[in-house]
Parts: sequence; C-alpha cells; structure tokens
Amino acid sequence: MKKQTKFGVGISVIVIALAFLAWLGYGESKTYYHTIAELQTLTGSARSQRMRVGGTVAAGSIHRLSGRVDFVLQGEGKALPVTYIGSDPLPDTFVDKSQALVEGRPASDGRFVAEHVQAKCASKYEAAPGGGAASGSSPQSSM
Amino acid sequence: MDVFGSFALVLAFVCAVYAFVAGIAAIVTRHPLLVKSTRQAGIATCCLVFLATLSLEYLFFSDNFSNAYVVSHSNRDLSTFFKIAALWSGQEGSLLFWSFLLSIYVFSVLIAYRNKNGELMPYVGVVMAGVQIFFLTLNNFVESPFKALAAPGADGVLSYVARADGNGLNPLLQYPEMVIHPPNLYSGYTGFTIPFAFALGALLARYPGEKWIHLTRRWTMIAWMFQSVGILLGAHWAYAVLGWGGYWGWDPVENASLLPWLTGTAFLHSVMMQEKRGMMKVWNVWLVFATFLMCILGTFLTRSGVVSSVHAFAQSNLGNWFVGFIAIVLLVCLGAYLKNRDYLKSENQLDSIVSRESSFLFNNLLFLVACVAILSGTLFPVFSEWFTGDRISVGAPFFNKVNIPIGLLILFLTGVGPLLAWRKTSTESLKRNFGLPLAIGIVAGAIAFALGFRELYSLACLLLCVFVAATIVLEFYRGAKVIHARSGASFAACAIDLTMRNTRRYGGYIVHMGMVFVFIGLAGAAFNRDTQQDMRVGQTMQIGPYTLLLQGFDAKPEKNYTAQRMLVEVLRDNKPLMMLYPEKRRFQANEQNGTMVAIYSTLKEDLYVVYAGENPETQMPVIHAFLNPLVKWIWFGGVFVVFGTLVALLPNRRAVLVLAGAQQPLTQHLQPGLTPSVTLREGHD
Repeated sequence: MKKQTKFGVGISVIVIALAFLAWLGYGESKTYYHTIAELQTLTGSARSQRMRVGGTVAAGSIHRLSGRVDFVLQGEGKALPVTYIGSDPLPDTFVDKSQALVEGRPASDGRFVAEHVQAKCASKYEAAPGGGAASGSSPQSSM
Repeated sequence: MDVFGSFALVLAFVCAVYAFVAGIAAIVTRHPLLVKSTRQAGIATCCLVFLATLSLEYLFFSDNFSNAYVVSHSNRDLSTFFKIAALWSGQEGSLLFWSFLLSIYVFSVLIAYRNKNGELMPYVGVVMAGVQIFFLTLNNFVESPFKALAAPGADGVLSYVARADGNGLNPLLQYPEMVIHPPNLYSGYTGFTIPFAFALGALLARYPGEKWIHLTRRWTMIAWMFQSVGILLGAHWAYAVLGWGGYWGWDPVENASLLPWLTGTAFLHSVMMQEKRGMMKVWNVWLVFATFLMCILGTFLTRSGVVSSVHAFAQSNLGNWFVGFIAIVLLVCLGAYLKNRDYLKSENQLDSIVSRESSFLFNNLLFLVACVAILSGTLFPVFSEWFTGDRISVGAPFFNKVNIPIGLLILFLTGVGPLLAWRKTSTESLKRNFGLPLAIGIVAGAIAFALGFRELYSLACLLLCVFVAATIVLEFYRGAKVIHARSGASFAACAIDLTMRNTRRYGGYIVHMGMVFVFIGLAGAAFNRDTQQDMRVGQTMQIGPYTLLLQGFDAKPEKNYTAQRMLVEVLRDNKPLMMLYPEKRRFQANEQNGTMVAIYSTLKEDLYVVYAGENPETQMPVIHAFLNPLVKWIWFGGVFVVFGTLVALLPNRRAVLVLAGAQQPLTQHLQPGLTPSVTLREGHD
C-alpha cells in the first residue's frame, strides 16, 4: 500500500469515527430554543421535544415547595408558569427579575417542567442604596 | 480623571492609526526616519493605553461615583483587592483591559526588537497596530468606560451627578480566583496576537526561512501558558464557587477559551516539523491565523451574548464590530496567502507512518477535529437558526462523546510521539522505548480494574496515563544515566543538568507530565457521587468514608457581606478529622447571594460540602455533599504545566564536557586564561 493511501485511510477512519460519535451525541442532547410566545404556538411533536426557554423571573413568583420550585417566567408580554424538579440547587443568581434559561419539556397542563435552570443577574441594578438622589440618571458620555 | 482617561484613549487611537498608516508608508518607501517614527508611534500608543487604564483604576480607588462604570461595579466597602479586579468585571472595562494587555505585549516586542530584524519589523508593527486600532475603536466609540453620570437639571441642561455609593461588584466575582483568572485568560488571548503578527508579517514580507518561528517561539509559549492557567483557574472558580460539584460544563464561554488553546497547542507541536524538516509551512501559517481568529471569536462570544451563557454579558451591538473585524482579518490572511503561497513550499515529504512526522500529523489532526467539534457545537444554535429557523443547542453529551476519545488518542500520542525517530522508526527501537512502559501501563490497568475501575474510558485513561508517565520517567532516567556515567554526580543533579542542557525538550516532557496529571483528575469524574439531606443540629450524614456532623450555625458579619456559616465536623472511622464551614453570603450593596463551598481535598478525593439553603417544608437547612475522586490532580497538573513551560522558556545551558582522562593534558598546553571547554550543543527536538 502506498504511504499516502495509508495516511488517507488512517485519517479517514479517525474522522469518520469521530463524526459518528458527534452524530450520536447530537441526537442525544439536541435541545430546541423557543421564546415564551413561540412555545404557545407550537403544536404536535414540536411541543413534546426537549427545549430551552428564556425569560425574566416574575417578581414575587418564586415558591419553594418540597422537591420542586415553582416560578413564572416572563418575556415579550407573555408569562409561562414553570416547575423546577431538578436535583441541583438553584444558582445564587436565581432571584426575582433575574434572566433565566430553563431546560425541560412542556407538560400537558400548560406548565413547563424544567430539569435545569441557568440564571444570570440583571445587568443593571437600578434600585441601589444611596441611589435615590440620582434616580432617573442615565449614563452619558463625558466626551 | 475620567476626562484625562478618555483623552488618553483618543490619543492612543490617533497614534495607533498613525503607526498603521505610516507603517505602510515606511514599508513602501523604506525611509529609515519613517520606520523609526512608526515604531515610536507604536510605543506611544501603548503608553497612552497604560495611562488610560491607570486612570480608570484611579477612579475605582478614589470611589468616584460620578463614573457610570465605577457605580456599576464597585462600592465604598469593596476591598482594595477587588477594586483592582473591578476593572475587568464588566463589558467596557474588560475591553479596555484587553487593550491594556495587548499593549504590554506590543510594547515589549517593539522595545525588544528595536534594532533587530529591520526587514521584518515594519510589517509586524503594522499588523499589531491594526489589531490595536480595532480594540481602541471599541474603547473609544462603542463601549467607553469613561462615561459620567448626568441628569437633566431644573433648567433642562444635562449636568454631572455623583452617587453616594456604588452598586457593588457582582458577588460571583468576589473570589480570589476571579482576580487572577481573567488576567491570565486575557493574557493568553492577547498574547497570540504576537505570533500572528510575526506570521502574517513574514508572509507579507516574504521573510526568508523559518526565522519568524524562532522569533515567536517564546511569545507563543508565554501566551499558551497564560491561556492554560486561565482555563484551569476558570475551572477551579466554577468548582469552588458555583457549587454544582463540577468544574467544566461545556458552557459557550468555557468552550471559547478552549478553542485557541487547542489550535495553539497544535501549532506549538507542528512548528517542529517546519524547523526540523521544512514541512507543513502552509499548515503552520494557517494554524497561527486560526489561533488568532479563535482568540477574537472567543472574545466575541464572551462579549456579545450571541450564544446564551451564564457568563456572557448582556446582548449588545458589539457583535457586528467583531464579525466585521473577523471578516477583515480572514480576508487579509487569505489575500496574503494567495499572493505569497509559493514562498511556503514544503521541502520534504512524509516517509513512514511510524515516524515523528506522522505522530505530529495525527496530533494536529486530533487537536483540529476537537476544535472544529467544539466550535460547531458552541455555534450550533446560531447556525441552526440560519439554516432551519430553529435555535437548536447541543449539550454535554455531544461534547463528551467526541472529545473524550480525542483526548485519549492525544494522550496516547503524548507518550508515543516524542520517542519516535524522525523519518522512520525501527522495530527494535519501538521495543526498546515502549516495551517497559507498556508493560507497566497494562499492570496498572489490571490493578485499577481489580480495584473497581470498571468504566471503559476511565480505565483506558488511567492505563494511558501510567504508560505516558513511564515513558517520560524513562527518558529522564536514560539521559541522567549517561551524564551520571561521565560525571559521577547524583541522579537528581544529573537529571537537572540534563534538563538545563536541552530545556525545550525536557521542559516539554514536564509539561506532558502535567497533562498526564490533569488526565488522571479527569478520569475520576466518572466516579463522582453526591447526596443531599435535611440536617438538624447534632444530626449526621454519611458520604463514602466520611461522616458529616452538623454542630451548629453562626453568622459572621464582614465588611461587604454577611456570612451564614454551617459548622460541620468531618469524621472518618468515627475519629474527628476536621471542621468544614460551608457558607451562604448575603451582599448588602446589591442584595445578592453567594455560596462558599467548603472542600476537604486529598489526592484520592475531594469532600465537597455545600450549604444548599433551607427545605421550605421542614424549614431545615440542607447539606449537599459531593465525593469527587482525584480532582486535586487537575490543579496539581496545572502547576506542573506552568513549571514545565517556564523551564522550556529558559535558554539552553551549554554543557561543559568533563572528560576526566583526556582533559588533563589538554589544559597544560593551553595558555593561562583560556578555559578548555568542549561545548555540547544539543539540538532541540
């Protein structure tokens, strides 16, 4: 066998094997991303897929119950009740008005059952202590 | 000070533009004065960026709450340590920090080579100035950190206002790792600009030979080292702070930091093919280009929020700027390559599949496939939306399925590659070099299997780790034995001598050893366990060999936060071992919470205890305990990697051959003042 052929075969075997594994991993973990508004328009099999939904946690909506946490996600003027049933503790950044990304499936009763929740804190904290005097202030370039 | 800072930034931008334009003019006209003025403009750009950065730090230290950036990221009670780190805790400051670190590199290059490589440096200067212009454009016109707070007064005119106190630093960032992780990672990202500038400059200048590779070897290694440390510190931060028991979650931003590391590592290896055999020239140039592009892409992913992530900053219009810059860089690289590709002709061909060359080839193939897989997985939501209209993301199973086998194959090559001969390796040499390590590896694998290591990948990983470690130790042993036979010094002294004679080779082995340790740590992840329990004071819970006894609670008010601590006693075989204090922190300034994980770490396993809040039904506090085997090896390996890289950065010591018998008469014939020295110049490979 010519040496170029040998290299060709070696490289192809590796790349094809890895591509196959990638395809398996893709099938196992692919997750659709939908907005709350989109979720309500989904029908049929699209509704039962694993998906991620992003939104803002409605103020005062977090209820910690045994084995689950209920809250409401808001976005684009719509609201989505969510039940978190995962075993990991919710992140510290998960508080009222934080941006959250929930992963799971919609249940038949209109709730969303989440197995994972990611949260990041709102990027601007408006009601800061001592900030009352400057309320309504906005960043302006000094230039 | 904010006016001073923004003025310095504008001037820096002007100087960078001048360095770029005058640099091109200097290349065309070759006028020595123009060359000199270009270089000085480059140096001035850097100094102005230093001044701007210092003035932002000054705003933090003087608690200047009329600056919007300071208000958002600091408060009066924030400690000095974190006021330094507040600089890079937000979008605008991070981008300024990028410019700052880039300026340190550019400054060092311009000073170090001011009287050298006259043909090449103007090209390098122009490329570096081009990169600086991009970031200074962002600093000045898109995301300025020097915005003052202003509000319309009674007369409707905007006037400056100052707040009494700031909003404080994000609690997640108030950890020591967060102070050193970003500077390391950014030093990696920015540092790859230097090899990129030299590679592109050399291609544009048709600069003869492999000189640009020799010139940039150390710069690349420094950038690579910072990148490695940055990634590991990030992983350690995630482990110690986020409280989910793991250190790597295939988050887009984590992936973004891994991409340039993969191409950069591939590059560090494949340059040897070019140095030794004049091969893979096109490949190497494109690896550097790719590494730089990955660095920009990484910054883009982190900064623009294009892929949703915990880390990524809020959506912003920065994305378009980065996409534009990436497109320009790609076009320039492609243009330079197409114009001068005849200059990159390979001088040799591959001879055999069992050779050093082919091991490098497969090494590069694997690093690149890993990079492509991670890149496509990370950007999958973006591409799937373009092509199908649905945003589809892929998770950890995708990344693990592809990357674990790649990691194991690379680990295998780590052991095999350095011991294969160039061109072709004989069967005898294979037996001699690999017989013993392979036997040791298999024995270790059998022992691990007997001890219950049944998970396929973990077992393979452990076997390979032992095999690779054995090849490395054997290499040190063989080399030291030769010196020992000549000098009679102790084995340890001989091993150090050996390393100093060829720092690149043996430093490389130390880095490989570090990676072996990292892999040992990764192999442990298959055996992680965790358990969660409501706890009353006096109650115990069991995890593995440890018993956790909740002794009580206390509240510890600190300057910037209040800590709720659990006092947990750890017992092993009913004997008290130590106390752990998992915490919940409440930060006053922004009313956010933080978790402080308590870890008892040994080489065998980590006991990782989280105060997971209260059970809302029983009102009882909850402990979430993890038992993570071998994690400490990862951090330990990281230290080895740094040490090895530092060794490889040292110049080779020229060994004085002490030929006991032969040298005596020689000395007598020589005039006084002349030392007889037979220098051993060992080639690096």
